[in-house]
Amino acid sequence: MTSTTKPASPAPNKIKRRPFVAELLKYRGNALVVPGLGSPTWDISAAGDQPEYLYSWGGMGLAVSTALGIALAQPDRRVLAITGDGEMMMGIGSLGVVADQAPQNLGILVLDNEHFGETGRQHGLTGARTDMCKVAEGFGIQKTLLVTEESQVGALAELMFKTPGPTFAVAKIAITEDPWALPVKDGAAIAHRFRIAVGVEKP
Amino acid sequence: MTTKTRTWSDDVFAEMKKRDIATVATIPDGGLTQLLNMVVADKDMRLVTLSTEEEGIGVATGQWLGGKRAMIAMQSSGVGNCINALGIPVTMRAPCLMLVTMRGQWGEFNPWQVPMGQATRTVLEAVGVRCFPVEHADEIGETFAAAADIAFHGRLSAAVLVSQRVIGAKGFGQK
Repeated sequence: MTSTTKPASPAPNKIKRRPFVAELLKYRGNALVVPGLGSPTWDISAAGDQPEYLYSWGGMGLAVSTALGIALAQPDRRVLAITGDGEMMMGIGSLGVVADQAPQNLGILVLDNEHFGETGRQHGLTGARTDMCKVAEGFGIQKTLLVTEESQVGALAELMFKTPGPTFAVAKIAITEDPWALPVKDGAAIAHRFRIAVGVEKP
Repeated sequence: MTTKTRTWSDDVFAEMKKRDIATVATIPDGGLTQLLNMVVADKDMRLVTLSTEEEGIGVATGQWLGGKRAMIAMQSSGVGNCINALGIPVTMRAPCLMLVTMRGQWGEFNPWQVPMGQATRTVLEAVGVRCFPVEHADEIGETFAAAADIAFHGRLSAAVLVSQRVIGAKGFGQK
């Protein structure tokens, strides 16, 4: 039997992204943060500008592989990739690469509103049947967490910043109207200050 | 006594070692087998197997952001998968070094390889990658070295395009 109607989302999307991301980043320590393009970049920018934030304005699908490259180059530094559901789905195979390399210092967080928020809130692929935590587990990323309540932020921070990785979490966020929080967009400038913060380039 | 013949893979590997290029991200190709095996056998080097070539652009850019040198090795068909991703290193002025073995070019047997093979250099140059085509095996090492230096010293994207003339066309036993 084939289903003709779409099932409802398995989890409520009620977490408000801006205060939730700001709260999570309070636990960051000296971790490097690699956001996907669009809203996750605006979210971390709104939480307070930091040189350890590798803001992204393009290259959809590459947040996790870029974070992986950094994590492998800096094994003693924690790295957090924080991206949206559409960006993660575009680079979903990169979870297989992460599982294969198994960096202990990499956490991946997907802010999942089940829609393409930046382009007009069109239907996304995670809103009906696809469970990204199960996808990550299938690839071989064993430590995963589904976050549906803002009160889980402490457990999420532990998984993202402390637990030996690779780790993966999905936070079911609400669709919200947030003010623009646009950071610097010169890619060379973002890279330059990031490398200074990592300690591999002189100011 | 037999002497092992030096190959272009030996030449490229030597130039990689001289420059501390210690990570190779790849979707493999037949012509890359020897070089990739040398990387796997070297305890100071890392092979990152990808699910699609564009991930290699992210991995290599991330390596440079973290203070290390990497390269991407792929067949020319994979170049098409990389074009939007190349906007990242080009915009960041991050070095991006690609070693590409060509298909769809010199004596290609498989017509499905021809469109991308013929477009490879054009699309790379269109997105801002300097191309270094090389036709003869004994020139690959020095060409790779030149491309690597322009990439890492100039913070630019560069691709070495190894002609199918070097690798040879596969015929699947058909005449």
